[in-house]
Amino acid sequence: MDSLQTGSLTGAQKEELMDQLKQQIALANAQELLMKITEKCFKKCITKPGTSLDSSEQKCIAMCMDRYMDSWNIVSRVYGNRIQRERQRM
Amino acid sequence: MSDRFSSDDSSFPLDSGKDGDRELQELLMVEKQKAQFNAQIHEFNDFCWEKCVDKPGSKIDSKTETCISNCVERFIDVSLLVTNRFAQLLQKSPM
Repeated sequence: MDSLQTGSLTGAQKEELMDQLKQQIALANAQELLMKITEKCFKKCITKPGTSLDSSEQKCIAMCMDRYMDSWNIVSRVYGNRIQRERQRM
Repeated sequence: MSDRFSSDDSSFPLDSGKDGDRELQELLMVEKQKAQFNAQIHEFNDFCWEKCVDKPGSKIDSKTETCISNCVERFIDVSLLVTNRFAQLLQKSPM
């Protein structure tokens, strides 16, 4: 990776850089989540791949997707709380 | 350059010029920490989903929620335990 010459950036340029960075991180995050959901829910819902996705499989995928995101939120909350607790102990 | 960041920052080369640019560096550090936090959640969720969720239902029941919560907490416990024990082993017999 080339090193960035940031000493000459104006305030507006810095803001733009940070905005772009945040957008790219958000995109990468969404892609990671989609990839995980596809993989995990395929595994749970498609036990025998047929010639098409039947309606029960589609329902299972939709439900699995919602639950995976619920689970993500639980993990996020528990992990965030734990980090705060560990910080207080230090 | 490396002294401006914590030791594991070789993946993020940044030459801030002569004056230095604390503000931008701090903003980048915050974003980096957020990204690491998110990456860790993905990893925990991947792992604990396999352990705790059998058949995804119409909602996550309280038993599953407790399982996920315990899974994350115990995973961190194990990680800390292994790290501490490894450090102790290193002290006793340096490699």
